[in-house]
Amino acid sequence: MAVTAHPKLDAERLRTDFAVFDELVNGKPVAFLDSAASSQKPRQVLDAMRDFYEHSYANVHRGVYRLAERATTAFEGARQKVAAFINAPDAREVIFTRNATEGLNLVAYAWGLVNLGPGDVVLVTELEHHSNFVPWQYIAKRTGADFRMIPLDEQGELDLAALERIEGDGAVKIVATNLVSNALGTINAVDQLAVWSHERGALVVIDAAQAAPHRKIDVQALDCDFLAFSAHKMCGPSGAGALWGRAELLEAMEPFNVGGHMIRKVEPEETTWGDLPHKFEAGTSPIAEAVGFGAAVDYLEAVGLDAIEEYEHELAGYALAQLGELPWVTSYGPPARRRAGIVSFNVDGVHPHDVAQILDFDGVAIRAGHHCCQPLMRKLGVAATNRASFYLYTIPEEIDRLVEGLHKVKKSLG
Amino acid sequence: MSEFDQLYREVILDHYKHPRNHGLLEPADAHAEGQNPLCGDEIAVSVRLGAGDVIEEVGFDGRGCAISQAATSMLGDLVKGRSAQEVAAMPSQELLDELGIPLTPVRLKCAILGLGVLKLALHKSRGTPLPEEWGTSARDLVLE
Repeated sequence: MAVTAHPKLDAERLRTDFAVFDELVNGKPVAFLDSAASSQKPRQVLDAMRDFYEHSYANVHRGVYRLAERATTAFEGARQKVAAFINAPDAREVIFTRNATEGLNLVAYAWGLVNLGPGDVVLVTELEHHSNFVPWQYIAKRTGADFRMIPLDEQGELDLAALERIEGDGAVKIVATNLVSNALGTINAVDQLAVWSHERGALVVIDAAQAAPHRKIDVQALDCDFLAFSAHKMCGPSGAGALWGRAELLEAMEPFNVGGHMIRKVEPEETTWGDLPHKFEAGTSPIAEAVGFGAAVDYLEAVGLDAIEEYEHELAGYALAQLGELPWVTSYGPPARRRAGIVSFNVDGVHPHDVAQILDFDGVAIRAGHHCCQPLMRKLGVAATNRASFYLYTIPEEIDRLVEGLHKVKKSLG
Repeated sequence: MSEFDQLYREVILDHYKHPRNHGLLEPADAHAEGQNPLCGDEIAVSVRLGAGDVIEEVGFDGRGCAISQAATSMLGDLVKGRSAQEVAAMPSQELLDELGIPLTPVRLKCAILGLGVLKLALHKSRGTPLPEEWGTSARDLVLE
């Protein structure tokens, strides 16, 4: 795949892959600082999907004709790419989902409903996105298991020293955590948590939605049991995601959705399930989206995950330094080296909605709200924050435009 | 006029910086709290009713953006002297006309949060209809 990049990331060159940056939105070039919500898409991904639809499209796995064979090859090829992307030992362990949330629900329902009960403890972090919080809270309630939170310390870091106290005399069965916080950008010490969890025989479920776009993921090195992420945050299309799980766990699990494609044999009395990964992929999958997902993996690997991570540290450092010069701005989260390209902040006395609105007048797009992290917002003592998030196509000038806009906010409403 | 001046009209900024009817009433005849689930903003509204369930005083408290705070501030003056039944039936467009600013669908929710909470308070106290635009979510709030 032809990607316009050098070993060290050259954002100006990469921007030429993204048509949106050539356009004016509301008469201004857009400074898109909301990639943590969803990234923009390079033409390489869009071309791959269009090419697939035009030349290789049919439903997968069943047709005996040539087009169906081509479609299946492309779809399964995408699975191989996604598996290699996270260093999965076996591509059978990669299940295509709609998004990270669906992958996490799959684990909560298919594993949790059967294996949790009274006396068991489900642990999530106070830093969790609702996607890895609500499914566990819900399934814990349904099974009678205890739902507990790993708190944050005063610095907004996971307070791992509190683990034994929280555990109490319960049997910890599930520890659910994100790898990178969507609200603060924190890169969490998941490896330590995995060691602690496995000492107790608990499973580790990782929400990697914010990590996958930004840094190399290795499920074997992380020593986790399940890991979920979405294509749309990593230059791929919406509607596709992946769940990785250890084969022996997935094989022992009940299915999540049942219906077409996921079966071995259907009889009036009973149905038996197909092999991995099909057992968890009932119905027609998002086929072209999976192909686009594979193309996004190619794109990121051609740019280089290490280069992306390094570049985001630089951008986060630059943004934090700029914001640090404004005494009327409060930033949240860890130092730049320990975070992905996400910066959460508030302007004294001005509600984030108003901040985001005024920035939009100048074409600066940021997110304002609770970022699907209401427990964290409560901890920070705020209803909402502003969040600027960066990606491989972000340039420092866009952060300058953000800061300029904040001066206007301060002048008009502060 | 700049986009800023269109949205943050002088009267809006005035209500935002100097909100009328601010502070909850104690005692009150009706009270409710509500939240905008999109942004987590919260508004509490309390009301004192006179003869014929006519609204005599409105007090509000909460945290939110300039639009939601200004709209709730203006709302108090708009409903005083009207009966609970009239206010329950009041279309949100009347408040939006009073605001007189262009609102995107997301900001629209900010603008009518206070009115929704006021209708909820009247519903709990006087059994008037719930705010239509809240749909079934209003019912959840009543149970609290």
